[in-house]
Amino acid sequence: MNTATIPNSLRTQPDECGHFGQFGGRYVAETLMPLILDLEREYKAAKADPAFKEEFDDLMKHFVGRPSPLYFAPRMTEHFRAIAAEQGKPENGAQIWFKREELNHTGAHKINNCIGQILLAIRMGKTKIIAETGAGQHGVATATVCARFGLPCTIFMGATDVARQQPNVFRMKLLGAEVVPVTSGAATLKDAMNEALRHWVAHVHDTFYIIGTAAGPHPYPELVRDFQSVIGKEARAQLLERTGRLPDLLIAAVGGGSNAIGLFHPFLDDTDVQMLGVEAGGHGLDKEHAASLTGGKPGILHGNKTYLLQDEDGQITEAHSISAGLDYPGIGPEHSWLHDIGRAKYLPITDDQAMEAFTLCCQLEGIIPALESAHALAALPEVAPKMGKDQIIIVNVSGRGDKDIFTVAEKLGVKL
Amino acid sequence: MTNRLSAAFSKGRPALVTFITGGDPTPDATPAILDALVAGGADVIELGMPFTDPMADGPAIQAANLRALAAGTRTADIFRIARDFRARHPEVPLVLMGYANPMVARGAEWFAAQCAEAGVDGIICVDIPSEEDPEIGPALRAHGISFIRLATPTTDTARLPAVVDGSSGFLYYVSVAGVTGKQQAAVDSIKEAVARIKSGTDLPIAVGFGVRTPEQAAAFAAHAEGVVVGSALVDLVAQHGADAAGPVRELTAALADAVHNAKALA
Ligand SMILES: Cc1ncc(COP(=O)(O)O)c(C=O)c1O
Repeated sequence: MNTATIPNSLRTQPDECGHFGQFGGRYVAETLMPLILDLEREYKAAKADPAFKEEFDDLMKHFVGRPSPLYFAPRMTEHFRAIAAEQGKPENGAQIWFKREELNHTGAHKINNCIGQILLAIRMGKTKIIAETGAGQHGVATATVCARFGLPCTIFMGATDVARQQPNVFRMKLLGAEVVPVTSGAATLKDAMNEALRHWVAHVHDTFYIIGTAAGPHPYPELVRDFQSVIGKEARAQLLERTGRLPDLLIAAVGGGSNAIGLFHPFLDDTDVQMLGVEAGGHGLDKEHAASLTGGKPGILHGNKTYLLQDEDGQITEAHSISAGLDYPGIGPEHSWLHDIGRAKYLPITDDQAMEAFTLCCQLEGIIPALESAHALAALPEVAPKMGKDQIIIVNVSGRGDKDIFTVAEKLGVKL
Repeated sequence: MTNRLSAAFSKGRPALVTFITGGDPTPDATPAILDALVAGGADVIELGMPFTDPMADGPAIQAANLRALAAGTRTADIFRIARDFRARHPEVPLVLMGYANPMVARGAEWFAAQCAEAGVDGIICVDIPSEEDPEIGPALRAHGISFIRLATPTTDTARLPAVVDGSSGFLYYVSVAGVTGKQQAAVDSIKEAVARIKSGTDLPIAVGFGVRTPEQAAAFAAHAEGVVVGSALVDLVAQHGADAAGPVRELTAALADAVHNAKALA
């Protein structure tokens, strides 16, 4: 492993070749390589074009409904203060704030990225859109922007996920998308991504692939991060305005890592702000899980070098999480880098812990979080009671939980 | 070691390159299938290293990868199969083909050394384009293993020098933008593409993807130094399992006959 020399700014990655330290890169079939280079050129041009930013910002405001609120969660805060007091630390219990991405149009942060990518697709003259989806949130967001801009949309989704995320499958169809169930492997997000890549190599000339997380070949991790950074930029300005200070800790769930990097990135150079990415610990790290950083090692999959769940032969092992959006054996390359240089910490949370946090958030704050976001909330018992009352935690509530009610009902033994 | 590869492409007629997946249906069944390829007249053998996520492959080779892994095929089995092949066939070039992660899992240096020790002549890696050459290229070249790159219909003239740089043995022209075993390219497009690539390299060019029958193979061979056949052979393994050697040998012989005589016919 390279002992990364830490650059002056942590916000200037990746390098010209798409590397975040030793991670990232462009590990794709030759057929895709020229297209990836085209996308890189087009993204550079778009970034320098004020009209692109103007259109993006306008859609964010009027179509997505941004800015999303930064909300002080009073009862959640009190809950952990009470726990701290029980533990003999009455002076403890951080202030808990939520970044309310679940209030976005389509109910999650995924739409931020889709708006950016469809504008790029249109700039490049592509006429068809494909995407992979796990929980279906990215599929719904992609189908939504395709409807908005009148482009045909095909969504690849693992057959297992089709079964456990029925409401989202129906939403995608209502929005006019074709949903292709993928049956290979464990029929989850990884397999959906394989199939999307297969489709893409056969349709390179007219098709744009809207990748749903901050992973894949360069420039995807960079551009997805940039589009999602609206989360952290807003949160930073909102907290400064409300409290005159920066947060002490940021918490976000990490599937591929887009909502987390979107929150973290604008704070990377604020050295006093700590960051915690929450991985899906599934049934526990000694059993099936999806914690690539905690339980995996670096390897190459889906176009990038990053931490992966794999055996010693480099065969990818199946991930497991109760949350379809976290059920992936890899993670975006920038997180692998932040992990290796120690700038962000990563913590696995089990299915059961996430379920507890899910219920707690519903009952204490009147917010039904996505199961993915419930993983982020489930880190609070570990950290909030140990921090002082004047300290501030921002949790990214990346999505709302309406899509998960069937999974949750089943887990709670309730028949709907 | 590259000698075996260059010799295969210097026989004064096109070469037949054949692909099967190592460990399919079982590691024990693979040697007999490889022998059948040689007996049928294949000039170069590509041995696929199975991978859990064969994202550049169509249904036939995807299924072969999963059969091999389900049979417990490990990287050590692939190298054992290669080593034994080299002992039985000292003159026949053997190329490992697969995906990056199994090749770099223990480090590129380890992998290249194993290849050299097992008598492997070259490597084809689907997901290491020339941009990522440092990942494995230097280790392969240091051990005298050819890094065989892929050129595709999207590889334009400007890009070709980068693709050719650092590669050796032969250049694999992927005739269609797509996955293995699916569509077939028009012969005219191949003629034109091979001519374009020829202007940028002296390496022999083998054309593959979608070639199933002796007739198709002959048509492609008329315009290149070699033709690669994979999915059609893998389909026979799927159909006949451990008894695939006979049918594989038959199809290989028909393909070899067509390819070897192609230039004379054209
Ligand atoms: C609500 C929500 N949060 C988080 C995720 C995980 O993705 P990422 O890590 O890219 O934010 C998903 C993925 O589907 C999601 O739907």
